[in-house]
Amino acid sequence: MPIIIDHLTHEYETGTAMAHKALEDISLQIPDGQFVGLIGHTGSGKSSLIQHLNGLLKPTDGTVYVDGEDIFDKDYELKKLRSKVGLVFQYPEHQLFEADVFTDVCYGPKNLGLDQKEIELRAYEALKKVGFPDEAFYVSPFDLSGGQKRRVAIAGVLAMKPKVLILDEPTAGLDPKGRDEILELVRQMQRELQMTVILVSHSMEDVANYVDRILVMSKGRIILDGEPAEVFTHREELEEAGLALPQVTYVVQDLQKEGFHLEGSITTVSQAADAIMKEF
Amino acid sequence: MIREITIGQYYQTDSILHRLDPRVKLIGTILYIVSIFLYRKPLPFALAALFLVLCIMLSKVPFRYMIRGLKTILFLMLFTAAFNLFLTPGEIVWSIGKLGISKEGILATVYMILRMILLIIGSSLMTLTTTPNQLTDAMEKLLWPLTKIHLPVHEVAMMMSIALRFIPILLEETDKIMKAQMARGADFESGNLLKRMKAMVPLLVPLFIAAFRRANDLAMAMEARCYQGGEGRTKMKPLRYKGRDTGAFVVLICYLAAMIVLGKGLIPIL
Amino acid sequence: MFDIRNMVHEYFRRDEEGNVTGITTAVDHVNLQVAPGDFIAILGHNGSGKSTLAKHLNAILYPSEGSVWVDGMDTRDEEKLMAIRQTTGMVFQNPDNQIIAQLVEEDVGFGPENLGVPTDEIWQRVEESLKAVGMYEYRKKSPNRLSGGQKQRVSIAGVLAMHPKCIVLDEPTAMLDPSGRREVIRAARALNDVERITVILITHYMEEVVWADHIYVMDHGKVAMEGTPKEIFSRVEELLALRLSVPQVTLLAHELKKRGLPLPAGILTRDELVKELVKLKSRR
Repeated sequence: MPIIIDHLTHEYETGTAMAHKALEDISLQIPDGQFVGLIGHTGSGKSSLIQHLNGLLKPTDGTVYVDGEDIFDKDYELKKLRSKVGLVFQYPEHQLFEADVFTDVCYGPKNLGLDQKEIELRAYEALKKVGFPDEAFYVSPFDLSGGQKRRVAIAGVLAMKPKVLILDEPTAGLDPKGRDEILELVRQMQRELQMTVILVSHSMEDVANYVDRILVMSKGRIILDGEPAEVFTHREELEEAGLALPQVTYVVQDLQKEGFHLEGSITTVSQAADAIMKEF
Repeated sequence: MIREITIGQYYQTDSILHRLDPRVKLIGTILYIVSIFLYRKPLPFALAALFLVLCIMLSKVPFRYMIRGLKTILFLMLFTAAFNLFLTPGEIVWSIGKLGISKEGILATVYMILRMILLIIGSSLMTLTTTPNQLTDAMEKLLWPLTKIHLPVHEVAMMMSIALRFIPILLEETDKIMKAQMARGADFESGNLLKRMKAMVPLLVPLFIAAFRRANDLAMAMEARCYQGGEGRTKMKPLRYKGRDTGAFVVLICYLAAMIVLGKGLIPIL
Repeated sequence: MFDIRNMVHEYFRRDEEGNVTGITTAVDHVNLQVAPGDFIAILGHNGSGKSTLAKHLNAILYPSEGSVWVDGMDTRDEEKLMAIRQTTGMVFQNPDNQIIAQLVEEDVGFGPENLGVPTDEIWQRVEESLKAVGMYEYRKKSPNRLSGGQKQRVSIAGVLAMHPKCIVLDEPTAMLDPSGRREVIRAARALNDVERITVILITHYMEEVVWADHIYVMDHGKVAMEGTPKEIFSRVEELLALRLSVPQVTLLAHELKKRGLPLPAGILTRDELVKELVKLKSRR
């Protein structure tokens, strides 16, 4: 289910002195099953972009095709889209509202108008998928720890069985271990369910280990697009956009300047260690 | 869409109106509102409109900000206008079926709309040129005599100012939660009243929880900064009347006098 | 500055009727001394008790057992409450939930107003504090129009205007993006370097504590590790076991050491690592 973004522009407060373009003429394609990292500084337009993919924001100009269909066509049924493209917002646990975890996860599939049996089956599968323990299914979501709440919230979207999963800063506010667990979970889901995943983040280090492709946004435009190793060679552009490379990349680049011959694409600590060891 | 609500939003610039003592602006606004309800004649309305236009020009706030305040009550205005138009008895000039429009009705509607417009723009002008903090300061100071009868004037003022600070934040939060639930297939727009009310639960529960969490955090932050209520507090911006404030009062009195003169028809040639 | 002796903090868990169903020990027999002018970091994963500990430092919470002394004052002494809160300022996690006023300068003035500082001096303090965190030019702005990092700097200025001897920053960067994080840490370091204010930084980002004089790592309400950054960062495996992550540079150095390179322990910065590697290579 490929996504095609076609000359998408979004302007806020059109016609006033405060008018500004959150997105400017964005065109790109995301093929099936790709794991994409969308990186940008706060206010770079990444949140606006993903909200278009789910039909929550309407473009000022241009459009988005999901599965070959124009999602902003007036005859297009947005409800259908919501079951295809799942969107997990930042701090998703702030949207939990039911008295227990299981009922909360049922909310999404219920809105799709499925029958009760299917709803419960999906909720159960989704909770299992995010590694939520059976015995806590009927606990109030408000009694869970931060990381657990987040898992439940992700399950809530997963239960709608989307083909594309978009996560907006899914690790915000978690501690390092919690962060790694969530990222690992996302990778695992992506592989097992063959989903397209778009992971929004402002940390290169977080996504470098996981994604196939990085999109870098700045001031409403896509400024870089490519495999992590390729994107990291554009140090100046990234720094100008207020982003930092992963620390290892800096170390590798510094060492290369000092005459080390470090070959291949190096974006993670273990790749860097491998390359450096070859020098000794 | 939510950012567009301007009532209660301060417009930052430097003008004589911005620098006036908030008590003057508060009293002035109240008197102005009273003045537009005094008479139903063209001349006083012309004067009231003129006075307002002059104030707007002095304030340096772009005119469209005043208009935005009107948009939010457009529906209310049309509704009351329709009521006035059709339900005022009198000499019928036009009718469909049982509904008739009378001459008096048209007149009443025109005045009603004029009053509402002046009222909304007038009070927006105050909130656009006065920070909510100044406004609550003014209320606190003006209502201070009421502490004698043990009314918690300071606390109420503080509550209002905090509420005003958090309104935009909570509106944004509402927008966010709404979108998040829509992404989970929620439908806030279709169905009958009961269905729509039920659809609000997934919005309201998280919103209340968020509001309580914020209130809790804020209370802790205030305590940590030695807040203990109004007693023993000093003011960073104490209110003191200056020359321009006296001037403003004089202008205000002149305006009211002119209003009464025009309204009572004291000058026969007009 | 601070003297925490054998401090225990317990929460009662209650059921819906309010009956006590159990006790959670958030802080468990902690001893901690801080000297004036220190930059102390307290690390720990979520739920390790670090924030509970922080709230004792300005008498928002009181110990269940043991005692907490702030600049010679016992936090349980109610008469000293205001003096303690003026001595120790707190900056919290959520930038939106601690700014009270509608204008930056009015918010910074809030603390001094509460202390009954005369008007002229409030203005002076507001100006000094905003300048110290580099937010003076934003004094007439609404906090809603600032970035997260800027809001946190305003909060720091708000505390600074109360002329505290110490500032406790309780996860001030947890909700910020990388550039906001840098801004806040830079401001905190400047206060410590220039104004000699004692700083206690509570965080789970290891990158932020590289400059600390002393680090405490908390786990299950206890102090699990303590020492200088060099000492702490050389114990990579232990840190990972405590649900913390180590900066990539330290991790890389650790990995290389494991594979047999004779690197010194506790490498903290990129420059250090590159220098050591270049030195090693030239020796071959």
